[in-house]
Formats: sequence, C-alpha cells, structure tokens
Amino acid sequence: MSIKVIRPGMLSTVQDLGRYGMQKYGVIVSGAMDSFALRVANILVGNTEGEAALEITMIGSKLEFRENLLIAICGGNLSPTIDGHIIPQWRPVLVKKGCILSFGAVKSGCRVYLAISGGFDIPKIMDSQSTYLRAGIGGFHGRSLKEGDVLLVKAPSDLAVRRISCLFDRAGTNEVAASEWSVSQKIFPAYTLNPIIRAVRGGQFNWFTIESRKQFFEEEFLVTPQSDRMGYRLCGQQLQLSEPRELISEAVTAGTVQVPSGGNPIVLLADRQTIGGYPKIAQVATVDLPILAQVKPGDKVRFQEIQLEEAQELLQSRETVFQLLKQGVKLKESSFLGGFHCIELT
Amino acid sequence: MQMYPLGDSAIIVQFDNKITLDAHYKVRVLVDRLQGNSFKGMLEFVPALTTVTVYYNPLQLSYKEAYSALERIVSSLEATPMGAARTVEIPVCYGGEFGPDLEFVADHNGLTVDEVVQIHSGSEYLVYMIGFAPGFPYLGGMSENIQAPRRSSPRITIPAGTVGIAGMQTGIYPIETPGGWQLIGRTPEALFRPNESSPSLLQIGDIVRFRPILGKEYGVWKGRVK
Repeated sequence: MSIKVIRPGMLSTVQDLGRYGMQKYGVIVSGAMDSFALRVANILVGNTEGEAALEITMIGSKLEFRENLLIAICGGNLSPTIDGHIIPQWRPVLVKKGCILSFGAVKSGCRVYLAISGGFDIPKIMDSQSTYLRAGIGGFHGRSLKEGDVLLVKAPSDLAVRRISCLFDRAGTNEVAASEWSVSQKIFPAYTLNPIIRAVRGGQFNWFTIESRKQFFEEEFLVTPQSDRMGYRLCGQQLQLSEPRELISEAVTAGTVQVPSGGNPIVLLADRQTIGGYPKIAQVATVDLPILAQVKPGDKVRFQEIQLEEAQELLQSRETVFQLLKQGVKLKESSFLGGFHCIELT
Repeated sequence: MQMYPLGDSAIIVQFDNKITLDAHYKVRVLVDRLQGNSFKGMLEFVPALTTVTVYYNPLQLSYKEAYSALERIVSSLEATPMGAARTVEIPVCYGGEFGPDLEFVADHNGLTVDEVVQIHSGSEYLVYMIGFAPGFPYLGGMSENIQAPRRSSPRITIPAGTVGIAGMQTGIYPIETPGGWQLIGRTPEALFRPNESSPSLLQIGDIVRFRPILGKEYGVWKGRVK
C-alpha cells in the first residue's frame, strides 16, 4: 500500500507528536506544529493518536493514491480536492485507488494534516517518526517530500477496515465517500484569523521596561515572512530591557517568546533548539499552540496574559474534550442505525 | 538556588547566576539523581550551564505538585564535587582544507600554525553542556593565547566534524550548519549518532582532549566510521 508524491508543494514532511527524551543530547523535539489536528486526524482513521501523518504547508501538494485508503484531513483549509470535488475535512474519507488529491488555495490556516489509516511504514529514529530536517533524520529519509517519492503505508487497523468496507459500499461508482458526520466545530481550538494567544509571563519578564511589559500584552504583532517551523519572528513594538543584561543559556521550549537585542520577539515552535540565551518575556500556553501553528506570515497576533494555573486548567479541559471525541467516534461506529452514515461526493 | 516555571509544563532549577565550576557540579549531581530516581509525571530534563530544566506532564501534575516533587529531590542533594565523567579523545586533522582558518588564528595571535595546534591539542576541556545542535559540546578551558574573533561574514555551510574557535570558546560542529567560527580542523569521529541509544558522543562532565592526526589517518578513520 502506498501513495505517490506527484508534487510536494511548499513544504510537506512526515510528523508525529515529537521526539522526546533526547533534548539533553541537544536533539530537538520536532513533531506536528498543530498537535490537535494531528491527533484528531488519527482518531478519525482508527490510528493511535500519535501516529505520524503528513504535515502539508500552505500550497501546492498533489498526491496519488495507489490503493483504497481511509484518510482524514484536519487543520487549516487548503482547499483539498479530488478531480475537482471538494474533500470535506475533520471526518473519515475513503479515497479509491488511482485518485489524485490536490491542495489548492489557502482558505484558512497555514498547514493541514493528512492521516492515513495504518500510518506510514517508515522507521522510528530515537522513538519517533518526526522529520528533523537539519540533522537529516526521521520522517521520509530525513527530508521533506520530493516529486516521485513513494510513501509506503502500513495495513489499516481492524477498526479502520470496518470503516473502509462501509464507506466502500456507500461509494458505489464514486471515487470518494465520506462519513456524513464530522468533528464538531465546538471542540476545535479557536482557529481564527489574527488570533489572541494566551500566554504566561516568561522567566525574565521583569527584566523588561514597564512599558515593554505592557506593550507585549496590549499591542498587535505581525508574523514576518522569516517565520518557519523553528519559530515565528514577530514585528511590532520594539521590546526593551530596562538595563543591558546577559542571560546564561538555558532550556527553551515550544511557545517560548524570546527577545533578542533588536527588540522583535521570536516565538519558538516545533523545530526550536533545545537551549537559548535570549531573555524570555512570555511563554505561550500549551493549549493555544495549535492556534498559533495555523497563523501564517502576514497575519497578526495579540497576546493575552493568563496565570499558570489557568493555563494548566485549560489544557485539562482540552483533554477532557478529546476523551469525549474518542467516545463519540466509537459510538458512531456501533450505532444500531448502521453506524457509519456516508455521503457520496459527486 | 532558585526554581521557576518555564511555561505550563517545565520547571527551571537555577544553581547560580554566573557560570562556575560549583554550579556545573550541582547541575551534574541533580542530573545523576534525576536519571536514576525521577518523580511520577516527569518527562525529561535538560542540563545547561547553571540550570537543569525538568519537563513534566501537566495533565498528571500541577505546577505546585511538580514543584514540590522536584524541591524534595533538590533539597536532598549532597553537594559533592564530582570528578570527570570520563576522558574522551577526539582525533583532529588540523589545517588544510579541513581547517581553512588555522593560519588566521596563528597570525592573529602572533604564533606559528604548529604552536596553535600544540596549544589547542595540549589542553584539557570540560564539557559544560550539550546543546544548540545535537551533540554540540560547550567546552571550557581553551587557552586565551589562541582566541580569535568570529568571521565578519558567516559561512553558509560548515561540514559536520569541523573544529572551530570563536572568542574564548572552542567547539565541534556535529552536523552540517551555517556558522561564523574560525575553522581550524576536522574530526572523522561522529559526534551525533542518531541510531545509538546515547546519540551524543559526548556528555556533560566529560573531559575532551584533541589529538592531532594526519590527512591519511583521517581518511582511514572516516572510511571505517562510514
């Protein structure tokens, strides 16, 4: 079982939930920028939540399916189509052999996750399938996808086999069939254009001038084109230390907002380095990292201060929603009404 | 010593606000302890120059709970100065295509090329921290007689294994990367070994010695290492 890359698009990489436990050796975490979308996509195709999926950035990817495969597309909306038919997101979709899935214009967000039932048949390096581009390890031969690559797919789980057979019956002569239910928008993170991102104070918050501290939580920042998976470089109010001070390099993590001497903050993300030496004015709440991951260059963000306890409570609530989602998907499966209701896409 | 949060899922333990041997030893004592006897919900730790950062799962532990668990460990530590973890010899082919800036470093310090090699390979270096890139060692102990400024314009790619000098620091690039250090040589040894259980050749607390080798030996070694 496999899919073939007809066109890789801007940046397409294999990512799972990241490579943990190796930061003490300087090995970065990597992983999906929007872990929420990745986890949901996997649940929908009957995979374990942390299975690797394709992270497709912005524009232009085109993939050929060489078997009947159950997929789910979650995250931003990059106009996925098959033969001109729009493919709905946030639900399981059966794609038949020979179909070509194309991503077009960016309608919302910045990156999308394509999970395939079974997951990709690629080796784990240091217990993760995530691509670490700089070191050339993990993912598909340690690199982003290129034209002509063939990605092998493992056999689907029993759960996925049942979904595939049900959707296959429904599809008839159509190339694609999707479940008629989808994940409720109510459980999504608040994906919006120019979002407000919640953050707690950073370790060196008090090093900054009172004005800069205020500006950080009040003003708008532009996400510049120099942003990538390593971090978002922001531009707006120049943030200043109240006196020149040097920080001794220490650990940084996803969502760390550090401020180099130029005064423009950088939010570190999935491919961040393990340690950094710039003062940290804030730390994005983990619960809001998926929202930030869907912000693209040219968009704007604002930060809203919350307390550490609140950040942890929000994360707990998100996890409860996840458990409900998993149960909900299971119920759909076993419903006496025949379980999987399907719509054909014509 | 103080402890403060790094966001909602990590705590930084800071032993000092300047880089000292004492802080380095404390970092290593805590790392030793965390390796063998961590607390439930702890995920991983990252030792640095004066700090150890401990990541925990916020779904299992609140900040307060993680703080107390970690505080119990930190407060029971015995501050015994630690000896070297081990001594690791790194073979280096100095100069030529592997070390295009060796002559610059010599000129800058009014030394001959041989003297620079002698001084660089005649010292012992302590690994204070691994980070920035996988397996990249922060080495302490370079002689100020061979210091050199960073290049005014950084190179776009520096091959893996290249040994460089920047200011009072010396180090080895484990993977190909851009960089502005003065390049004096290259080792055939792989500092980053992604397929081994400990992917970094060096670890915090190791003593490093550089051993000069000839180009011929470099080739043989490299052929063996892969």
